[in-house]
Amino acid sequence: MPPPLLAVERLQTHFPTSRGVLRAVDGVSFTLERGEVLGLVGESGCGKSVTSLSIMRLVPPPGRIAAGRVLFEGEDLFAKDDEAMRRVRGARIAMVFQEPMTSLNPVFSIGDQIAGAVLAHAGGGRRAAWEHGVAMLDQVQMPSPRQRARDFPHQLSGGLRQRAMIALALASGPAVLIADEPTTALDVTIQAQILDLLRRLQAERGMAVLLITHDLGVVAELCHRVAVIYAGRIVEIAPVRSLFARPLHPYTRGLLQCLPHPSRFGQPLTTIEGVPPDLRQVTAGCRFAPRCVHVIASCRTTEPALEEREPGHFVACPVLR
Amino acid sequence: MSAVVGPETGIAVTPAVPAGAGVRRRTSFRAVFGLAVLLLMSGAAIAAPRIAPWDPGRQMLAKRLRPPAWQARGLREHPLGTDHLGRDILSRILYGGRISLGVGVSAVTLSACLGVSLGLLAGFHGGRTDALIMRVVDVFLAIPYILLAMGVVFALGPSLLNVILVMAVTRWVQFARIVRADVLSLREREFVAGARARGNRSLRLLLRHVLPNALTPIIVVATLELAFMIIYESALSFLGLGVQPPTPTWGWMLSDGRNYVATAWWLATFPGLAIMLTVLAVNLLGDWLRDTLDPRLRV
Repeated sequence: MPPPLLAVERLQTHFPTSRGVLRAVDGVSFTLERGEVLGLVGESGCGKSVTSLSIMRLVPPPGRIAAGRVLFEGEDLFAKDDEAMRRVRGARIAMVFQEPMTSLNPVFSIGDQIAGAVLAHAGGGRRAAWEHGVAMLDQVQMPSPRQRARDFPHQLSGGLRQRAMIALALASGPAVLIADEPTTALDVTIQAQILDLLRRLQAERGMAVLLITHDLGVVAELCHRVAVIYAGRIVEIAPVRSLFARPLHPYTRGLLQCLPHPSRFGQPLTTIEGVPPDLRQVTAGCRFAPRCVHVIASCRTTEPALEEREPGHFVACPVLR
Repeated sequence: MSAVVGPETGIAVTPAVPAGAGVRRRTSFRAVFGLAVLLLMSGAAIAAPRIAPWDPGRQMLAKRLRPPAWQARGLREHPLGTDHLGRDILSRILYGGRISLGVGVSAVTLSACLGVSLGLLAGFHGGRTDALIMRVVDVFLAIPYILLAMGVVFALGPSLLNVILVMAVTRWVQFARIVRADVLSLREREFVAGARARGNRSLRLLLRHVLPNALTPIIVVATLELAFMIIYESALSFLGLGVQPPTPTWGWMLSDGRNYVATAWWLATFPGLAIMLTVLAVNLLGDWLRDTLDPRLRV
């Protein structure tokens, strides 16, 4: 079997605070194959975004990557010097951010910005770069791309801006796209359009996508596999069908039960009691134990490891069978 | 530009925002007025040797303190009157513009380059770089700039170049502070993070993503500083540190005329008017420039 395109191994990212070290990401491992869409799901503050920033080595100070490796095409990204890492960013691994309103430079036209991105990595002439930018806008189904390329970000709607962002990210033909909540700031119809677009571009380009979201609906739409992350750790990772059909971790079950479902029509929505643990206090045992309805004595003392229950379906819970 | 697309599409288009046209007309008026005044001023200054009616240093004691031509004792050959040594005020203003505008513009340019670079550096890098630069800024703010200028000019000698250098070196903090403050917020913006994630080098991030977004306050400060520099130069001249008399400068004429303001108002009024008009023109032009450079304000 060929090595995966991207492998994150035992990643730990810490933020020193005045009240102890905050372990935002604490031993996360997963792989991303060529052409695969992997969802990274979890609630706010569970370490999804920090994981993606760690892969890019863009963790904002004072945060730092404390341990682990990220292998991209077999090379350890953490071992690269700054210049080599800079050449990976954008060119090989690109990112799309959540907020299309503020993610584009307000003083340049979107065509200029895409051309700039092309020039930064591929070089070539300004004219060719501009034409490439127009072609990219066309690919993300921007209406009348040639005219729109001259528009400034404030002249575009949220959905069009997100399209421009995607065009910008894909301009240099990356092998991996990290999409950090790409549809969260958009309304539902635009969300659907953007998801369609991402799916189509992913399939056309054979690009791998790491999709970070808290929206299980988006996961079901787009992902091949899902990793559920809780308090800086992956608790379950499985093919999307398997996860939705037989969630094995109590947290995943809880999340799925939070969704409205026709079979539970008329009943109040369930919630998961309690709040996530303080990531500054490291406790022994399972991190979900304080909120778990299936908790047993050993949960509070030993940290469960991920084990494969079904082909490709890993879960870090020894209790649920 | 865009308001008159109606006819060729064949559809009667009423401008959605009629006020928009008004805004644009006022915008271009500001630009035209500002540019015209500035061109007139600098043109007159450059052409001074050709158009000035008198040698600016020529003293005619028989005709001292004559009012402007339209006043009772005014002389036709001295349209703006003469000063206490009988020198022609119009000629002195024309010649003075060469020094005042030249020194003002070069000092502002130099101080902007210095201040903007250091401000960018401080705001963008933060940490120790920021602490170091900002402590230097504090020192400059704490020492009276005239005192600092005096020390430097005494050490280097009062030449035109030294005066410009001193003026720039004592005023760059104005730019540094404002730029740093802007950069501090800009660097946290998502588009800067995004540009970094696309593999842009720090220098490119600074010059393409941070600096253009911080241009507005820089332009505003620069226009205000130009006015300040013209006065500053006169203060230095007054202390014997700037451009030496008898070379006329607006600032020097202004402070010189101050002694006669009760009896001969024209001595201080006309150079003052020249400074005011220049500053007004620069401000209008700066305003217009700011609006034009900011795509959000473009019609």
